[in-house]
Amino acid sequence: MTHRWGMAVDLDRCTGCEACVTACRTENNIRIAGPEQSAKGRSIAWIRVERYYEGEFPDVRVKFRPVMCQHCDAAPCEPVCPTYASHHTEEGLNAQVYNRCIGTRYCANACPYNVRFFNFGNPVWDRPLELSLNPDVSVREVGVVEKCTFCVQRITAVKDQAKAENREVKDGEIKPACVQSCPTSALVFGDLNDPENEVSRLSRSSRGTKLLGDLGTLPKVTYLQKVL
Amino acid sequence: MDLKTEQKINDDLLRPLRHPSGWFYLLVAVLGTSLLMGVGSWLYQMSNGLVVAGLRWPVFWAVYITNFVFWIGISHAGKLISAILLLVNATWRRPVTRCAEVITVFALMIGALFPIIHLGRPWLFFWLIPYPSERQIWPNLRSPLAWDFFAISTYLTGSTLFLLLPIIPDCALMRDQMTGWRRRIYGVLALGWQGTTKQWHRLEAAMQVMAIAIVPVAVSVHTIVSFDFSMSPVPMWHSTVFGPYFVAGAIFSGIAALIVAMAVLRKALHLEEYLHPVHFQNLGKLLLLMSLLWGYFTFAERLTTWYGNAPAEMAVFWETQTGSYAPLFWTMVFCNFVIPFPILAIKRLRTITGCVIASSTIVAGMWLERFLIVVPSLARKNLPYTWSYYRPQPVEIMITIATFAAMVLLYTLFSKAVPIISIWELKVGGHAQPLLTAEEEEEQRALWRVRP
Repeated sequence: MTHRWGMAVDLDRCTGCEACVTACRTENNIRIAGPEQSAKGRSIAWIRVERYYEGEFPDVRVKFRPVMCQHCDAAPCEPVCPTYASHHTEEGLNAQVYNRCIGTRYCANACPYNVRFFNFGNPVWDRPLELSLNPDVSVREVGVVEKCTFCVQRITAVKDQAKAENREVKDGEIKPACVQSCPTSALVFGDLNDPENEVSRLSRSSRGTKLLGDLGTLPKVTYLQKVL
Repeated sequence: MDLKTEQKINDDLLRPLRHPSGWFYLLVAVLGTSLLMGVGSWLYQMSNGLVVAGLRWPVFWAVYITNFVFWIGISHAGKLISAILLLVNATWRRPVTRCAEVITVFALMIGALFPIIHLGRPWLFFWLIPYPSERQIWPNLRSPLAWDFFAISTYLTGSTLFLLLPIIPDCALMRDQMTGWRRRIYGVLALGWQGTTKQWHRLEAAMQVMAIAIVPVAVSVHTIVSFDFSMSPVPMWHSTVFGPYFVAGAIFSGIAALIVAMAVLRKALHLEEYLHPVHFQNLGKLLLLMSLLWGYFTFAERLTTWYGNAPAEMAVFWETQTGSYAPLFWTMVFCNFVIPFPILAIKRLRTITGCVIASSTIVAGMWLERFLIVVPSLARKNLPYTWSYYRPQPVEIMITIATFAAMVLLYTLFSKAVPIISIWELKVGGHAQPLLTAEEEEEQRALWRVRP
């Protein structure tokens, strides 16, 4: 059975601690922009925690929303890429081929979630931080677009392991870095093709919504939120 | 037409080719320096990455794409005007066509550079071209950027042919009139033209075919440029009006650029006897029509957005109407409509000077229009958390200036190599009659305080 990877994000559980952001940065060799370039909008965050405020001071409620690539089934970023760098895999992942990317940034404009990032310069790591680079993930060079992969290197590793042991991938066995690090288990990852999986169950929840769902992008990330 | 007049036409129009003045060398030096600075800026950008530009997340397109749309728009001057005027057999077109067609070819060359300049990895631009790669990978033909490649290369090929065809008889004339190395070069370029009846018939047939073919190509090119935007689900980009809006804007800015170029040529190359006020009058009327059409499209686009009241679109709408882009927006409205409309609508003001003033503001206004299409939408996309802004940086400004310098430089060099007014077409058609009497012309000059 082919897989169809998806995620559920429980906003009622999210505390906005940004552990997912840090874990993602470490796992995926995300470059460090530094304070100056960050202020110029050159920092990269495959997952970010958006903060929205409701009400007037002092009666303020803050809402957190972790936003990563939604791995849309009808992704606006895919058809616009002139070199097929942005394309759909058989398992429903929205993949970015760095070697094929020439940096038109058209995909990043077409993405309504702004989860695609551009390497404005060559990446640098202050010594000895380069020793912390993950050997399973390529370092992106100047001029290419990058984005969340659902930690495809972990998906592949678990699939290989399961194949070697001649069994199916178990539910919850694959944990992308953000899911693994979430202290409140607000993030759940899994195969949407198996209706018994936790992610499938949560995606069917009456609390579930799709981010900007009315744009017709068919995201595979479901946000769970009790609407008051 | 008697032989004496023909001799005079030859002398007048070939004079700029024979004796370049000191001003010419100075101009070429200044423009060449600007161009080299632009090339240097691009090399600097390539070695450092786009980090030196003002681009940021999520405003990934800005001045370079603005320039791309602007220059492709300017290129619509020539072809469309000269093709349509040829097809409707407007005889006054004759001294105008070549100046217009040259703008097309050079503006296209410059415009087509910008999608490459703006790339993250410009050295791999050829992946946009369907070449037989050893890995058997083709460009993604669903991408509007791939459509751009086909549209622009078709248009450039077609318009270059359309420019070169009527140059053949003039090259033959120069071959016969000139001596030395010039004679040899023009001899090659004349392609063995002898002026036989058969050759004339073939040339006319070819020009008719090209004129008919170039009109749909020109319309499709700027429509496809507009599709770069309207195919994305980005607020205020995803619009059905963009195709015709872009084409109208392109012709609008193209005619304006043509009028400015003609006025400069008229003074610099002393072509007062060939480019009459009537040419500016007629082109001014066309410009007036396009100004009204542009105003209509802008109004229609804005009104439907406002009435529809979709939240994401309204964020962009108010940002341009009253927000941080409002000064640019209202400057654009002034430049494209409020200033040129009365100048072009009132006959007494529609003089050469009046047309040049209106055209200059229109060229500036249309650049702003392109900028206001590209940037505010990206800075105000659907999720308010990601809202941002954009400020151009020196590298982007320098490259932009350099392309204007490149345009003038190419134009100047061309006008020294080929008569900028088609000599044989002028001889076929004779002079257009001045529209105004001497007194009327005097009165108009007094109005703009221009000494004759």
